[in-house]
Amino acid sequence: MSGLEIQVRSLGEIVGEANTSAEPQRLLPYAIDGRQPAMLAMPSNAEEIAEILKFCAAHRLAVVPAGAGTKLRMGATPERYDVALVTTRMDKIVAYDPGDLTISVEAGARLGDVMARLAENRQLLPLTVPFLHRASVGGTVASGVDSPLRQFYGTVRDFLMGVEFVTGDGIRAKSGGRVVKNVAGYDLHKLFIGSLGTLGVITRLNFKTFPVPEASGGFLASFSDASGALELLRKIRHSPLRPSALEILSPSLTDLLARRAAPADAPQDSGLPRTAWVVAADFGGSEAVLRRYVNEMETMAGAAGAIGSSLPAEGVRTALWEGIRETVPLLIEESPGATVIRASVLPSQMGELFSVAQRCGDRYELPVAMLARAAGVAYIAFLPRESNEGTTGRLAQAAAELADAAQAAQGFSFVAWCPAELKARTPLWGKERGDWALMRKVKQSFDPEAVMSPGRFIGGI
Amino acid sequence: MIDKAVLRELEKIVGRDNVLSAKEELQMYEYDGSVEIGRPDYVVFPADKEQVAAIARLSNRRGVPIVGRGAGTGLSGGALAREGGIQIVFSRMNRILSIDTENRLAVVQPGVVNLELSRAVADAGLHFAPDPSSQKSSTIGGNASENAGGPHTLAYGVTTNHVLGLEIVLPDGESVRIGGAAVDATGYDLPGLLVGSEGTIALIVEITVRLTPLPELVKTLLAVFGTADDATETVAALTSSGITPAACEMIDGWTIGIVESFIHAGLPADAGALLLIDVDGPREAAEGEAAAVAEIARRNRAREVRVARDASERETLWKARKNAFGAVGRVAPDCFVQDGVIPRTRLPDTLRRIAEIGRRHGFEIANIFHAGDGNLHPMICLDSRDPEQLKRAVETSNEIIALCVEVGGSITGEHGVGMEKDRLMPLLFSESDLDMMKRVRNAFNPLGLLNPGKIFPGGKSCGEIQVPALSAAPPPAAVGTGGLPGFSPK
Repeated sequence: MSGLEIQVRSLGEIVGEANTSAEPQRLLPYAIDGRQPAMLAMPSNAEEIAEILKFCAAHRLAVVPAGAGTKLRMGATPERYDVALVTTRMDKIVAYDPGDLTISVEAGARLGDVMARLAENRQLLPLTVPFLHRASVGGTVASGVDSPLRQFYGTVRDFLMGVEFVTGDGIRAKSGGRVVKNVAGYDLHKLFIGSLGTLGVITRLNFKTFPVPEASGGFLASFSDASGALELLRKIRHSPLRPSALEILSPSLTDLLARRAAPADAPQDSGLPRTAWVVAADFGGSEAVLRRYVNEMETMAGAAGAIGSSLPAEGVRTALWEGIRETVPLLIEESPGATVIRASVLPSQMGELFSVAQRCGDRYELPVAMLARAAGVAYIAFLPRESNEGTTGRLAQAAAELADAAQAAQGFSFVAWCPAELKARTPLWGKERGDWALMRKVKQSFDPEAVMSPGRFIGGI
Repeated sequence: MIDKAVLRELEKIVGRDNVLSAKEELQMYEYDGSVEIGRPDYVVFPADKEQVAAIARLSNRRGVPIVGRGAGTGLSGGALAREGGIQIVFSRMNRILSIDTENRLAVVQPGVVNLELSRAVADAGLHFAPDPSSQKSSTIGGNASENAGGPHTLAYGVTTNHVLGLEIVLPDGESVRIGGAAVDATGYDLPGLLVGSEGTIALIVEITVRLTPLPELVKTLLAVFGTADDATETVAALTSSGITPAACEMIDGWTIGIVESFIHAGLPADAGALLLIDVDGPREAAEGEAAAVAEIARRNRAREVRVARDASERETLWKARKNAFGAVGRVAPDCFVQDGVIPRTRLPDTLRRIAEIGRRHGFEIANIFHAGDGNLHPMICLDSRDPEQLKRAVETSNEIIALCVEVGGSITGEHGVGMEKDRLMPLLFSESDLDMMKRVRNAFNPLGLLNPGKIFPGGKSCGEIQVPALSAAPPPAAVGTGGLPGFSPK
């Protein structure tokens, strides 16, 4: 028997033979940047995960955890990749207390299923994120993707109450709890948010849930340039209004979403102008509250120089926000070399970030699409029409310039999605910062044998 | 124990005037707002982060523990020098370094008082949202270290939700910036780890916080109930109705009578319980929610719902809540305040069981607490000079906390673990949970010199909750700040 066969058999003893495999066909969905793992293990509980990780740590086998595998492309290419640890069998809602507005789910539970369950009680988890209907809850948290709803509800760190996890050396542990207020012990669970599978495997997550507002509505305004759109955002941020989502779409993104939402023969159905900067707002509350939002937003849009505004009809509104939610996957489909950079800056610096992105696009002949959230986060996509040595070089330059600009504006950047060739030649998180050394200490505490997604994260972690 | 060489070095770093080492000078630093005691060997008042770093290097070289301290209002002994050593008091590092109203941020030194920041930005229509009862004196550095809460954190979140970035000093004296001014700092969420770590991971020397817009309208309601059950059922109904009040506080009947007899606020002294509820937001939203809250309270048998018509009426209503604890403190020689959390659906039955526990041990238990987030503050009134009573009070307190855990809750919602609850941690956490936390602590604080003897069980004291220290605590501190975020007795 080969070494691999022995290892697969050992994993089979832990998870059952049917739940492990070394067949290329079954491994294919878990390939990262063209690199396939040697084997697959699908545990059914945390105990099995602990056994797997102890085994892997002992044999220095590199493990990448996955749920549905929708975001495996995020981050750097792992240096080593032996085992795909797939959590899809762990898909239960463990506890749901609608009266307390709390829910506890297994890591492999599909986010869409959880949201559907909450909707039965007119509740929600403010995680309208890319790949919503396929993504697992654990993968969503570990990848650190965000939702337009953060404008009102905050990000995962604001409503994740606790996590159970297994460390890289196979220790089962937890932090936080199941109540909405709790200061007992360290908030280790916060470290898992956006950690890209480098600390361990999340097995269970406890969230606060939120009531669905009584009614909701939307508002769209279009502008001939970014500065008008930014001015409207500023006015809304400084008004008493508290929209649930507030975003700016660049003309190329507006065009992409319009094409997706409506067939070419009936473009007016999308509710979106074809080539304009668009501010999209969504808000909830009573009818009286919604009327106030609409009135004031129209006034503010006029004062900011909008060339058009509309109240999207229900169907249009739903399609629009689904499009915005799925922007990253749509952009990736648009271009063979799609490179999506997630940058955060102070809200007042967003205009400057847009300018730098546009200048990079012009200089390096890369079409640009941008989506910015009012909180100060932007997804900037460079979309070369082809992918070759030349485009990779130009993308690397554009990414580096954008990272410098974000850093200069007291912000952060991360090349979240890009072709494998680009990962090989550009630092995805920009230049080394002083706190990376501390992050290496955190990594060492959770994963002393460095078997968890080695090399996939910031600073080579 | 004082080491002359250490003292000389400290004097060299911060100047002679900024070091205390005489026994009588150290005495007031033995206490905080809790019932615990811990005596430092030296108290130092650094002027800037460079001096803090120099003190850390000294500590590291000589193996002397360091404990950070803000205003000393903490309620779990977090800022006490349990194992002696150097207490760093941040009162001189009290400058607001910058305010950015456009991006709604402030950068502050750790010694800035919570309420002072809110006052400094009020003209711009902003405030710092965490509002612990101690906010008139407690510092933002202390709030961050303990992850402080308060009544309005129900809607606005606790301190960790408002900290974007920190500058920290590690035990070896190295300064590092973590997080930042922009949201979504890349990498692991180090500010999320540091906030609430109770001074055991690093010293916080600068804090970047979010500022929150003041709401356009605040409506305050006082709902009067015949029984505590009706009030707790109202809270459960509110929670599931989709309304998130800005604050939702409960005062039980026993306490109302005492409060009314002291402050004559016109409270119905025969009521079984009161709920004090703030709703806020855009005008239409707050007005709509106020009407809905009143409706839900009435449906749950509220005898009366008063709605404040203006700011002065709002203040009057909050006065009952703010004075409740002080009033209770006047009828009993000592009060022991707990800080447990439970799921909100368990409020009615848990409060009943807490009353039963009290009765069984012969105590009347006062309940004044953050009902909206299930954060209980049961108060055991006792005369701690009676050792028998004291023993029973400890048992009662332990039973209550065990009950909170049993129904799915936590041993502390906002006061912290510190040295008060380190031995209770195993109720919530397994050995491997605690080992993981220790691994992280050891990665940052390898010699264990930062705030030793806190959070983790196995500190120097053993046995039970240290109520014996209670009678030794100065009465105004033990009662006045003894554990009820949400108001500060005047």
